[in-house]
Amino acid sequence: MALRHDTDFGTPLSRQEAQVTLKIDGLSVTVPAGTSILRAATQAGIEIPRLCATDSIKAYGSCRLCLVEVAGRKGTPASCTTPVAEGLQVKTQTPQLAKLRRGVMELYISDHPLDCLTCAANGDCELQTMAGAVGLREVRYPAQGQSHLQATKDNSNPYFSFDPAKCIVCARCVRACDEVQGTLALTIDGRGFAAKIATGTKDFLSSECVSCGACVQACPTATLIEKTVIDHGVPDRTVLTTCAYCGVGCNFKAELKGDQLVRMVPFKDGKANHGHSCIKGRFAWGYAMHRDRILKPMIRKAISDPWREVSWQEAVTFAAERLKGIQAKYGRKSIGGITSSRCTSEEVFLVQKLIRAAFGNNNTDTCARVCHSPTGYGLRQTFGTSAGTQDFDSVDDVDVILLIGANPTDAHPVFGSRLKQRIRQGAKLIVADPRAIDLVRSPHVQAQHHLQLRPGTNVALVNALAHVIVREGLVDEAFVQARCDLESFRAWREFAADPINSPESVAEQTGVDAEQLRLAARLYAKGGKAAIYYGLGVTEHSQGSTMVMGMANLAMATGNIGERGVGVNPLRGQNNVQGSCDMGSFPNEFSGYRSVALPEVRQLFEAAWGVPLDPEPGLRIPNMLDEAVAGRYKGLYVQGEDIAQSDPNTHHVEAALRAMECVIVQDLFLNETAMFAHVFLPGTSFLEKDGTFINAERRINRVRPAMQPATGLEEWRVTALLAQAMGYPMQYNDASEIMDEIARLTPTFAKVSFALLDERGSVQWPCNDGAPDGTPIMHVDGFVRGKGQFILTEFVPTKERSNANFPLLLTTGRILAHYNVGAQTRRTENLQWRPEDILEIHESDAELRGIHSGDWVEVRSRKGETTLRAEVSSRMAPGVVYTTFHNPESGTNVITTELSDWATQCPEYKVTAVEVTPANHRSPWQTQHDVQGPLLRAIAK
Amino acid sequence: MPEQRILLRSHLGVDFTRLDDYIKHGGFAMWAKAQTLGPAGVTAEVKASGLRGRGGAGFPTGVKWGFLPNDGRTRYLVVNADEGEPGTFKDRYFLELDPFRQLEGILLACYAIGAHVSYIYIRGEYWNSKKVTQDAIDQLYAAGWLGKNIQGSGFDCDVYVHSGAGAYICGEETALIESIEGKPGMPRLKPPFPANYGAFGMPTIVNNTETLASVPVILEMGGQAWSDLGSPRNGGTKLVGVAGHVKNPGLFEVPMGTPMREIIYDLGGGILDDRAILAIIPGGSSCPFLTAEDLDVPMDFDSLKSKGSMLGTACITVMAEGLTDLLEVMRRITGFYEHESCGQCTPCRQGTGWLYAIADKMCKGQADESHIDLLISACNNIDGNTICAHGEAAAWPIRSIAKKFRPQLAAEIAKRAAARA
Repeated sequence: MALRHDTDFGTPLSRQEAQVTLKIDGLSVTVPAGTSILRAATQAGIEIPRLCATDSIKAYGSCRLCLVEVAGRKGTPASCTTPVAEGLQVKTQTPQLAKLRRGVMELYISDHPLDCLTCAANGDCELQTMAGAVGLREVRYPAQGQSHLQATKDNSNPYFSFDPAKCIVCARCVRACDEVQGTLALTIDGRGFAAKIATGTKDFLSSECVSCGACVQACPTATLIEKTVIDHGVPDRTVLTTCAYCGVGCNFKAELKGDQLVRMVPFKDGKANHGHSCIKGRFAWGYAMHRDRILKPMIRKAISDPWREVSWQEAVTFAAERLKGIQAKYGRKSIGGITSSRCTSEEVFLVQKLIRAAFGNNNTDTCARVCHSPTGYGLRQTFGTSAGTQDFDSVDDVDVILLIGANPTDAHPVFGSRLKQRIRQGAKLIVADPRAIDLVRSPHVQAQHHLQLRPGTNVALVNALAHVIVREGLVDEAFVQARCDLESFRAWREFAADPINSPESVAEQTGVDAEQLRLAARLYAKGGKAAIYYGLGVTEHSQGSTMVMGMANLAMATGNIGERGVGVNPLRGQNNVQGSCDMGSFPNEFSGYRSVALPEVRQLFEAAWGVPLDPEPGLRIPNMLDEAVAGRYKGLYVQGEDIAQSDPNTHHVEAALRAMECVIVQDLFLNETAMFAHVFLPGTSFLEKDGTFINAERRINRVRPAMQPATGLEEWRVTALLAQAMGYPMQYNDASEIMDEIARLTPTFAKVSFALLDERGSVQWPCNDGAPDGTPIMHVDGFVRGKGQFILTEFVPTKERSNANFPLLLTTGRILAHYNVGAQTRRTENLQWRPEDILEIHESDAELRGIHSGDWVEVRSRKGETTLRAEVSSRMAPGVVYTTFHNPESGTNVITTELSDWATQCPEYKVTAVEVTPANHRSPWQTQHDVQGPLLRAIAK
Repeated sequence: MPEQRILLRSHLGVDFTRLDDYIKHGGFAMWAKAQTLGPAGVTAEVKASGLRGRGGAGFPTGVKWGFLPNDGRTRYLVVNADEGEPGTFKDRYFLELDPFRQLEGILLACYAIGAHVSYIYIRGEYWNSKKVTQDAIDQLYAAGWLGKNIQGSGFDCDVYVHSGAGAYICGEETALIESIEGKPGMPRLKPPFPANYGAFGMPTIVNNTETLASVPVILEMGGQAWSDLGSPRNGGTKLVGVAGHVKNPGLFEVPMGTPMREIIYDLGGGILDDRAILAIIPGGSSCPFLTAEDLDVPMDFDSLKSKGSMLGTACITVMAEGLTDLLEVMRRITGFYEHESCGQCTPCRQGTGWLYAIADKMCKGQADESHIDLLISACNNIDGNTICAHGEAAAWPIRSIAKKFRPQLAAEIAKRAAARA
């Protein structure tokens, strides 16, 4: 595919319904009222020169190139700021306009370096294009005048450079930072001729800038430009694909020059991101070409041996023989596998198929076990579907946002920006989080209520919200009567009304002021359309599933479900959490969440796959590890997940891995788990994959290969080879045939195919005969399960308690620059923002312990200890500390416990009782890790 | 010709910065009258007076007050006391010597338009104005003339002084509003106009200090009687300044429509050394220049417009033959507008820079006659091609000089070039 140029309409789309017809250069054009003349002309194929206008931001009217003449009106108004009107007659080309435009262009060029031939944006520069379009032929202004040509470049940001000498002060960057991203890191410093773009600090890197790339995207010249474009030149082909970081699922244009990826550009027509991006998707893709990548299959007899590079065939044969040997010795159920939310739905589908059909058991689980499994369970029980209820666009209609246990500006930055913009439009925000996240207070954004609860008390909080709603008559009785199971509602109402659940009763446990909570409950119930957005701060608790159901109860009781602007919306952590769950990764469910115990479902798959299938649910990840330690579980195929770093209680995970006889790791890198593996199958990055990722809004996005697999083999083909070697042939010509099989076997995907996705861009499941266009919003006319089911949510405090020895509660999360175990982001320049995991601690706790920012501290729990650097922070309440788990050597999960959600065994990462003390040495685990890491990763020469 | 002093009363020898004295001389008497007239009645009187905005644009004040939408949103009155126009010193009289006159006008205007908060935006350099005005406000609060339930009327009104930070552009009403909001002073796109989307996004009336100071007088005299003082469609009296090469520079008050000749020769005392007039700026440096031929123009909005110039602030700058270096005048004026451009629109940001660069070259003998055409061409590029009127303010006077004085300019340019060579 050639380089794709998207039309820039100059100003944003008008959402008004009324249509207006006008004439532009004699051509009749009909557009929505409120559209600018510039946009109307562009839609009609008439190009009006412009420089300060771009359709991601509001009209600014400053470049004065887009002037037009309007019959009956004085002067030459700017077409970007002039809205259309019925019957208007507009001329875009007249001698007077040509003269004015040339005059303005002459002014621009009088202060611009004329180094086009050696400029990185040569051929991709709007100033250059417009100079040509207006026919500028001379610059009459005296050459010795003042200029900005000597201005100094700012190269501090590792991903883009800022060259003020080339700046035309159109403020597109400033406005994009404001209107698209909402960070307001940029401003115009000085005035008049001295006006210049500035960050307010000495350079970009030291500023508030979050490197989302919106400014670079908006810049019409080479002033803000990707360093990769400077290095490689302007790209020559485009591959449309989907980001492989978080669950927002941003569509990107991978722009390449031959096989060299030059840049990732957010796709304007991307339904989840609408042309926006964050630092990770936009810039942090260098890991895909990192020298740490393993490109050849490797095997070893024991983990104490060095790795040996072998052929694909030898590797899979070795693996299959070992697995078959284990099964012969320990039984059919002694092996299994883990699918990855990082991989495509097609890859995931084949792995679970391999396990069910070739391993002959249901020992398949997925990394969603440790993140959003309670979401699937809780929403299934109440609404009938294991998925979020809305599309992201729904947020444009929301009046009240209840954000629980999620930090979107760091973890889902593109959606975080969207929330910010909506809040700035007037939506109210309630944040329930132990940490004062950015959305609690940042420029032009402030939460009405920050319910700063103690970790582990979510359910008490949600019950108190329910109590206020029930006791104060805030229930949407009509909705409940029409849509919900009344018996369950009556029971829930009685439960919620119990004084034990009053805000005053729970205040001591939650630490949340009762009056604040009452105000928040009233706002949620009666503030207009209210939507709940939540993250792992909800699910990763011993009562994670309870909390999900508690939120679903609230939404049903207040009628906030089944239309735009409402709903219960999980923010999925990884790119394909939704897809990996949909694809039948769980031990008890086939694709589409259908129980393996149901004979009719099983028969469908048995008929398609030609083998008998096990009716017994298999093992979940924690069970696999427990069984391994017990000596009954001996073989594991783990694709694209690093359980040794990401799963809780590292000591236990390592013991389980060491106890196994065949661990097969399929990954880009020799990760932590690979230290304990016997077979390493090199994986492919998203740039090499062909398939689909399904985002948090159930949107099935296409992932297209921008380049050939660096390993020589697509990842799903490796799975198929392993199946073959296990004696179960899998025949597919390409990935689309896997999706075809998914569609045949999964009612919610019945109409999905690569052809449909390529035609539509994306669709949201269910997509079948009942919903051929997909389903942006669920439960519109009725719940999937029929009547909405209220479920009682008694608060049962976690067993993990603080006491005199472990007086603080540790909670964990993600920061903007990094992503989960950091396998990708640690292999990019993102390290410049945060090279290590840091423990945030409140100043009173710090002072008590003699801890200062930058000090090393030992964090000790009942499970273990590790040493981190501390940062004294006002984000945390006293008694609560916070860290991330992006670096393996941090050993964050050495201290977390194996307590987990009662329903789904999702680990309780969010609550660990700890003590923090000043330290002057690394922990024993860290020291051991430093020593054993190189040994267990050694590759034979 | 005598003055007609209604607003100006510095000759009385009274300290009008003291509330007691202000009230003793009839101050705040109009509040009671306003109570009987009601808000609509006050607006009606102002409409009847034909009062036109004294900041220079001359928009009918009563009509402007009627633009506020009736949608229940909070309304603001913003006072434009950002007197930054070069050669202008009229609002300062009220701000420093008769502050209650303006404040009474603010109270009456707030009452008329239903605003309960007013911001007085005072030019940053006017630190004494700010001090005196704030002191007056403090006296009013103490005496129950501001704050809650003013004089038992049930009407609330708060007034805040906001000091500018030294930007001429903040005299432009939307830049002024941005500045009040704490943002850089950059004019907004219009529409929406402040009456619909003003300070903090709320309906806002922006009036000049002199405009508001005229309101109590209008109520006192009755709108029609006040209007009759001036010329048709240009009612009332007006403060005028006379500066430059005159014998008796100062601030005066005359009926609108008084011929400029009388103001310059009778009040201003004539030209220094009884020289001939070379050029006249009628109301601040953004007005196109006039010459001695225009001396009989009546000083009002419409008459000056018909001469191709503007009443502007009505502060006249007179330049005499033999004492005026026109190239230097151009360099000063272009330098000012270059320095004060906010930088938002390209024609202004880059264009004012080039105007200055060219004028500078002319002064330094580095130019030839073709530069006059370049100057006019650059002016044409700016004129009508910017978001606010700053571009026009920069272009109009320069273009008028270049056109009206071309032979003199060409001769001077050639002389300097020769001298340099």
